[in-house]
Amino acid sequence: MHGIVDVTAQAAKTSEAPSGPLLEVRDLTVEFATRRGVVTAVSQVNLTLAKGETLGIVGESGSGKSVTSYTVMRILDRAGRIAEGSITFSGIDVAHAPESAMRDLRGREMSMIFQNPRAALNPIRTVGRQIGDVLLQHVQADARNVKEKVIDILKQVRIARPEERYHAYPFELSGGMCQRIVIALALACRPQLMIADEPTTGLDVTTQKAVMDLVTELTRERGMSTLLITHDLGLAAAYCDTVMVMEKGRVVETAPAERIFRDPQHPYTRKLMRATPRPGITLKDLLPEEPDVPPAPAENPLPLAGEGRVGAGASTMATVSGAGAVPLLKVENLLKEYPRQGAPSAFLSGLFGKKAPPEERIFRAVDGISFEVKKGESVGLVGESGCGKSTTSTIVMRLIDPTAGKITFDGEDISAIPAKDFAHHPLRGRIQMVFQDPTESLNPRYTAERAIADPLLRMGGMSGGAKLRARVAELAEMVGLPQNLLERFPHQLSGGQKARIGIARAIALDPDLVILDEPTAALDVSVQAVVLNLLEELKQRLGMSYLFVSHDLHVVGLLCDRVIVMRQGRIVEEGSSQQVLDAPKDAYTRELIAAIPHPPV
Amino acid sequence: MLKLIGSRLATAVPSLIGVVIVTFMLTRVLPGDTAAYFAGPAATAESIAEIRTKLGLDKPLPAQFVDYVSALAKGDLGSSLSTGQPVAAEISARLPASAELTLAGLVLALAIAVPFGIMAAVKQGSWVDHACRLITTAGVSLPVFFTGLLLVYVFYFKLGWAPAPLGRLDVFFSAPETVTGFYLIDSLIARDFETFRAALAQLAVPAITLAIFALAPIARMTRASMLSVLSSEFVRTARAAGLTDTTVIITYAFRNAMLPVVTTLGMVFSFLLGANVLVEKVFAWPGIGSYAVEALITSDYAPVQGFVLAMAILYVVLNLLIDIAYGIIDPRARSEA
Repeated sequence: MHGIVDVTAQAAKTSEAPSGPLLEVRDLTVEFATRRGVVTAVSQVNLTLAKGETLGIVGESGSGKSVTSYTVMRILDRAGRIAEGSITFSGIDVAHAPESAMRDLRGREMSMIFQNPRAALNPIRTVGRQIGDVLLQHVQADARNVKEKVIDILKQVRIARPEERYHAYPFELSGGMCQRIVIALALACRPQLMIADEPTTGLDVTTQKAVMDLVTELTRERGMSTLLITHDLGLAAAYCDTVMVMEKGRVVETAPAERIFRDPQHPYTRKLMRATPRPGITLKDLLPEEPDVPPAPAENPLPLAGEGRVGAGASTMATVSGAGAVPLLKVENLLKEYPRQGAPSAFLSGLFGKKAPPEERIFRAVDGISFEVKKGESVGLVGESGCGKSTTSTIVMRLIDPTAGKITFDGEDISAIPAKDFAHHPLRGRIQMVFQDPTESLNPRYTAERAIADPLLRMGGMSGGAKLRARVAELAEMVGLPQNLLERFPHQLSGGQKARIGIARAIALDPDLVILDEPTAALDVSVQAVVLNLLEELKQRLGMSYLFVSHDLHVVGLLCDRVIVMRQGRIVEEGSSQQVLDAPKDAYTRELIAAIPHPPV
Repeated sequence: MLKLIGSRLATAVPSLIGVVIVTFMLTRVLPGDTAAYFAGPAATAESIAEIRTKLGLDKPLPAQFVDYVSALAKGDLGSSLSTGQPVAAEISARLPASAELTLAGLVLALAIAVPFGIMAAVKQGSWVDHACRLITTAGVSLPVFFTGLLLVYVFYFKLGWAPAPLGRLDVFFSAPETVTGFYLIDSLIARDFETFRAALAQLAVPAITLAIFALAPIARMTRASMLSVLSSEFVRTARAAGLTDTTVIITYAFRNAMLPVVTTLGMVFSFLLGANVLVEKVFAWPGIGSYAVEALITSDYAPVQGFVLAMAILYVVLNLLIDIAYGIIDPRARSEA
């Protein structure tokens, strides 16, 4: 064990004469003590990061990519420990350095930016003071000039009106702005290494591009090394020199970014690449080539019915896209206004995202839009957060009342029925919804079986017994959920399995229209590939129409026949998926498409 | 902030009106005939009827209510039948005694429970954590009259450290000039340190009794909310930025963890006011709780009405203070107002 003086002296020495890589991890194994015994989260990981280099660690949830980065910073929680291996950061043995020496390194020499920027900031401290805390801690400023320095840093991360924003609380800023603050926090002391842990997950594509470009520019300018942790191959390809792919705690492949995409060696890398939505492919292309390997999440022991025969059962219903001339859903001049003064609730402000300039007292979330969904058609509703797409879907679902406008469903005007009465309306069963977060949208106290049975009990006129059980089993089979999982509770299931429950529940009453509110946003790409294919297959089999709400144009393009692009409550472009994606007419659509990073394949 | 206070006060008005109506009704439906009680066991039917007329109890209920409310509007809470004193005067004399005791208990409990809860959360699973669990469990399990008697037995009877548990001040001292009604503060204002010491000595044991009772919810809540805040993402950010443990725990975690604790504090204070009645009995404390209990036993409705009204106003003020504290700690609460 080194003394404090020892380590700092060492650091000083190495910073004078840099030799070798900045960060070197050798045979790193990290274990977590859990109630069910020791779990190895990361095993035998090797990585080398040179000065100024950008390394991408790519993997799906549970691959150990975040644990690896936390171990480098030594901010693992209590249960985790380094079981084996060494971490050397500019000559310092991170695995054995005393805590006080590590504290000096953190923030000053190595820093981190996090997923979910709003949660990563102290909600009740002004952002200026939070950045100031870091500067004061590492003696980069004193009480007299700290404010000045903070404002200077805010300027560097392109925060408009920094003097004003110095006094802002995180909840007063948009997601993208919060991420800039987190970046400012990380770069305040000009560290040598920056670890970015899913820095743009949950941000809009255009915000993602702006944030990533800013990170790249700032780190390059300072000659910093970056470790970019992401599940998005496209992002890694666009911003990294080297890419390391991890699966279940192990590194499966490390190669220069350009080569890994041109010529992936490991089957897992290939599977990830295939599962990433990109232009010019079909839904089936997302699934792995090997016909016998179940594409479901790894913990799922059974090969799932359904996945293998995408398209096989497609001919059961004749109504394929465009065939039905009758509009199932017709929305005319839909308008939804909210009072601007004081956000009425967290739910509503969540729907708005960032607020528009306060010149009016009324905020129009949806500003007079009209569209149609035909029988058997899939329509995508695309836009960034705050564009009104979720408000629109919620109104169509009749969960909230529109301010004005007409919604006709199967020839019947449903906009006149108050939202609270619609819950008992006979039409309710014919419009169903699949929610964004498969975990949050399931009752944690209901088993899978009970969750799927819920709509049948409430609106299907069933009241338990063998008939209900048979129907639930049938639905589970349709969505490819193994029968032996029906007794489990949500926390005992994987994300993909929970997504299947959400879908089974939505199709239980044979709806005509299913609203899909970003159903795959919280899923890993390989699971997303399977779920998207499942949705397509179900649509073919049951002849449903989809209203697919998403911010991801590529995903929408794969599943939908038509795409509607929304911005600030209005429709900016509408057309067939191919047309919108290949030849966008509106400048905003072009901007959206350009902002999506994609692997060079 | 002023807007927040104003709106809170406005919402308190209907509840106060409700309290007035409910206490009036309650005291009327209570078993026992006030007139018969005060006429004594030897009274004839005529003398009972006479007393009833004198008290206005023979009038129909709505008329009695109108009398009560119009008197209340003039600040007249009526007079106690057993002591003959005006209720308003007795309450204003006794309320500071109860308030001083309760606040002393609460402050003492906070001073112990909050650091204890923080330490238990920071060193989860250590001996501090176990000690915290043990003491808090004992604190809620033991009824206050038992801990009160136990403390009197140990500190007064066995060790002789505490003075006799007989009221707010030893008989050899005279009460300091009334400014706030709190002897500790008033004696300091009067620069009478002897009296201060004596008052403190009298207050110590009953305050400790109450503090033991109040310790548990505060310490548990501090621990639980500290644990959830310490595992939150912004604490991880602060750690990743290399801030010291002290900064992370106090500036980042504790201020956020304070929010549920402040809410708990309001509840604890109301529990304490309830527990007060027993403690006042044990320590012969001339507080409002013992006054109300005696009045209730003798069906003396005016003091009971006065007591409930005073408590209701106290709660309204307390909740207002908590809302203000919340607004000071949490900027989000401020902006919603």
